[in-house]
Amino acid sequence: MSWVRPTDPVNVPKKLKVSQLCEICHSRKAVLKRPKNLQKVCKECFFYVFETEIHNTIVSNNVFYRGERVAIGASGGKDSTVLAYLIKLLNERHNYGIDITLLSVDEGIVGYRDDSLATVMRNQKQYNLPLEIVSFKELYDWTMDEIVAVAGIRNSCTYCGIFRRQSLDRGAEKLEIQHVITGHNADDMAETVLMNILRGDIARLEKSTAIITQSKGSPIKRSKPFKYAYQKEIVLYAHYKKLDYFSTECTYAPEAFRGTARELMKNLEAVRPSCIIDIIHSGENLVLKDENERKKKQFTKNKNQEKATSAKKSTFVDGNRCEKCGYLSSNKICKACTLLADLEKSRSKITLENDTSMEGAARVMRTLEHLSF
Amino acid sequence: MIKVRVEFLGGLDVVFSKQRVHDLTIDAEELSMQGLIDYIVQNLITNKNDVDVFLEDDNIRPGIITLINDTDWELEGEMEYEVCDGDVISFTSTLHGG
Repeated sequence: MSWVRPTDPVNVPKKLKVSQLCEICHSRKAVLKRPKNLQKVCKECFFYVFETEIHNTIVSNNVFYRGERVAIGASGGKDSTVLAYLIKLLNERHNYGIDITLLSVDEGIVGYRDDSLATVMRNQKQYNLPLEIVSFKELYDWTMDEIVAVAGIRNSCTYCGIFRRQSLDRGAEKLEIQHVITGHNADDMAETVLMNILRGDIARLEKSTAIITQSKGSPIKRSKPFKYAYQKEIVLYAHYKKLDYFSTECTYAPEAFRGTARELMKNLEAVRPSCIIDIIHSGENLVLKDENERKKKQFTKNKNQEKATSAKKSTFVDGNRCEKCGYLSSNKICKACTLLADLEKSRSKITLENDTSMEGAARVMRTLEHLSF
Repeated sequence: MIKVRVEFLGGLDVVFSKQRVHDLTIDAEELSMQGLIDYIVQNLITNKNDVDVFLEDDNIRPGIITLINDTDWELEGEMEYEVCDGDVISFTSTLHGG
C-alpha cells in the first residue's frame, strides 16, 4: 500500500484571539495541547520542544557514546519511523557522532509485514540510511503465517514476540552492532507497567521502566529514547512533518492481552492525560525489597511450601546460554527453541492434512472476518 | 452547501471503504462537528458493525486524534465547532502497533 500525504489545510483564520496563541512564542496559532502539561503550542514550537526533550533524554541518560554503531529497530510504523527520522536529525544537529543502521525483522505475515517493509525501504531512501532485513524464515525456517496455521491465532503474539526479540539481536550481531534502539513510547511503557501489575509479574515490573537494558553476558544493549514521549505527540509529529509511515493493525493482534491494557490506558488518558507519565514515574520508583529478605519473610510464613518454590525460583539466573542454539537464556533451553520444538511436532501433521501453501493466512483471516451471512 | 474534506488516517480507512480522503458536500446552512460526525456515521461507514471502531459512547473513540485544519479539536471546541466551507478535518488512529 502506498502512502498518501495528508492534505494541507486551506482555511486560515483571519483573526486570532490571544487565548488561541502558542504559550511558548506567543505569536503563532496553537495547534495542540501537550498531554503531559496541557501547554498550548504552535507547530514550530512543538517541533522544537519535542526534539529537545528527546535530546535531553538521550544526553542525561548517556544513551550513546561517540563513535558508537547503532541499529534502529524499524518496522515502518509510526514510532520507528519518527525514531529513525529524529535520531538522524539529532545526530546531525548535536553531533553525537554515531553511525546509524536500520534493522528490520520480517516475520512473514502476508498482507501486513510485506507492506510495512515496503515502507521501511522507502524510509531507507528518504533518510539515506543503510538497511538490514532478517526474516523468521531464514532464522527459524518458519513464517508467522505458518506458525499461526499450526499454533492458532491465540498464541501468535507469544511466538512473534519471542522470535522477534531474538531476531533483532541476531540481526545486530550479524551487523556487528552492539546497540539496538527501539521506538517504544511512553504509552507502551505505562502499558507494560500496568500489564505487569495485572499479571503480578514482580520480576519484570522492576526492570520494565529502564531506558537502557542489557542482560548479563549479552553483547547487545537495548534502549528506548522515546520512553517519555507520548504516542499522541509522536503521531502528531509524524503528521505535521508528513513522514511516510505504515499504519495497519497486525492481522493477528486483536487476540493479544496487550489490547485490553491498551484500552484501559486510553480511557485513563482521556480523563487525565498526565496519567501516562505518572504511571511510568510510579513504575520507576517501585523498588522491591531485597530478594533474600523477601524470601525469609515468606519462609517464616509458610515453611513447608516455600521450600519447594524458592528452590525453583533460585534457578532463574541471568546470563546462561541455551544448550541448543547458544542464545542467551535463563533456562537450559531458550524459549524460542522450546517453542520451535513444539512447532516441529505439528509441522508434519499440517503438511499432510493441508497440502496448499500456508502463505497468505493473514489475508485469508481478513477476508473471513468480513464475511457475513 | 458546505464543502469539507475528511481524512481517515493511521489505518482508520479500513472501515471507510479503504478510502482515506473523502470530499463531502453537505446540504446545510450550518454544520457542527456533531452534525458532521453523525453524517459520517450514517453515510460513510459501510458496515454498521464498524461504528465501534470510530465511536465509543457517541464520542470519538479515545486514541483517535481529531484535527480541524491541522489543529487539535480540543482547542476548537470539539463537538460544538462550526464547520466552515473548505475545512480539512482528519481523524488519525493511534491504536495500531508502532
